[in-house]
Amino acid sequence: MIAYIANTLPFLWEGLLVTLAVSGLVVAISLATGVLSGVGLVYGPWWVRLPIRIYSDILRGTPLLVLIFLIIYGLPLLGIDFGNYGSAVIALAAFKTAHVAEIARGAIQSIHYGQTDAGKAIGLTFPQRLQYVILPQAVRRFLPPWINAVADAVKGSALVSLAGIVDLTLAVQQVIGRTYDPLPMYLLGAAMYFIINYSLSQTSRRLEARFAYIRE
Amino acid sequence: MDYHFNFNFVWRYADKLYWGLLLSLEIAFVSILIGMVIGLGLALAYTGGGRLVRTAIAAYVEFIRNVPLLLLVYLVFYGIPSAGGFAYDAQTSFVATLALYSGAYLVEVFRAGLDAIPKGLIDAGKSIGLTPWQRFLYVRMPMMFRIVLPSLSNVYVSLFKDTSLAYVIAVPELTYGANWIKTNTFRVIEVWLVVWPMYLVTCYVLLHGLRLLERRFSLVRR
Repeated sequence: MIAYIANTLPFLWEGLLVTLAVSGLVVAISLATGVLSGVGLVYGPWWVRLPIRIYSDILRGTPLLVLIFLIIYGLPLLGIDFGNYGSAVIALAAFKTAHVAEIARGAIQSIHYGQTDAGKAIGLTFPQRLQYVILPQAVRRFLPPWINAVADAVKGSALVSLAGIVDLTLAVQQVIGRTYDPLPMYLLGAAMYFIINYSLSQTSRRLEARFAYIRE
Repeated sequence: MDYHFNFNFVWRYADKLYWGLLLSLEIAFVSILIGMVIGLGLALAYTGGGRLVRTAIAAYVEFIRNVPLLLLVYLVFYGIPSAGGFAYDAQTSFVATLALYSGAYLVEVFRAGLDAIPKGLIDAGKSIGLTPWQRFLYVRMPMMFRIVLPSLSNVYVSLFKDTSLAYVIAVPELTYGANWIKTNTFRVIEVWLVVWPMYLVTCYVLLHGLRLLERRFSLVRR
């Protein structure tokens, strides 16, 4: 049994690396686009807020799997072809952007208006208020839910296996295709996801407790 | 863009999408009902139980929450029957998976709901001489359900979206119907352009319908 599992580990390892690469890319892209959108949602004029609001509501009302298929088949139609891997990453990042935008919006809006007023009173410009007053406080409200969103991205990345990308989930499937012994392999795969996501959610919980002292 | 859209094939097989959508809603509904039983039972066990019970419940919740749903679907449909030497059909397997999945989320929801019941109400129940069982049935449960109603509707809408995963084990729900039309007519993009709004509109109709229900039962009458 142990020798058998040791034999499969190199395959799973390759898959795990793909899972981590996909999740890492998605998290990095969606952090940038999501925070920008979140700031836009709070401070933008209506013609910035409206499209972001529509985008976010549409994306959050779509099953991730449907979005992945839509982008994989739809982008080439528009003459853009990033291949399966690129399209899947774009789909996941587009989906995650909506979630990160809402987290950022919530974090910024949770900072009391008096803070902005105080910033104005001492003559800070808008970028200065953001940089020195709002964002340093908002980041503490942002981090815990965002880390949960990262764990969510790792879980969501399992869906790229349905687009034929050999991530951890598909690697597990392929090993089972050879060995015809599903249960131990699925449990092993589940354990690998569990270790990554559990450490993330514990970090989130710890940060939340760490930042709990902040009131208004 | 020199692609010619042809939706005729999609309309010809529209019944697959229609019945698929209904099955998606049904799967989500049955799953959340079973999930609520699991969630409520475990939440009560957690509040009243000893350390062993709490650890076991926490392990279940953490396992489900930290493993991709797709892997859980495979695990229940392929993994468990292979070891147990029995089989169940795909739909049963998927409903069971989704019920276990939502159960893990609902434990937390119900636990928070039970904690949020004002202590004064339970004291009021005691003072008018209700037995513990009566307090549970007439004070704690109605209060808790009103508190958790918004979370329940969120979980339901999210489960409805998750039913799209049932396609991987060939449960004929909406995404499966879409894939069927795709592989049989090759009208790939047309299918997804029809199915996508179907999910979207259903999600928002559900969400708004449930919000009305929440307002009807909310604690503060408006």
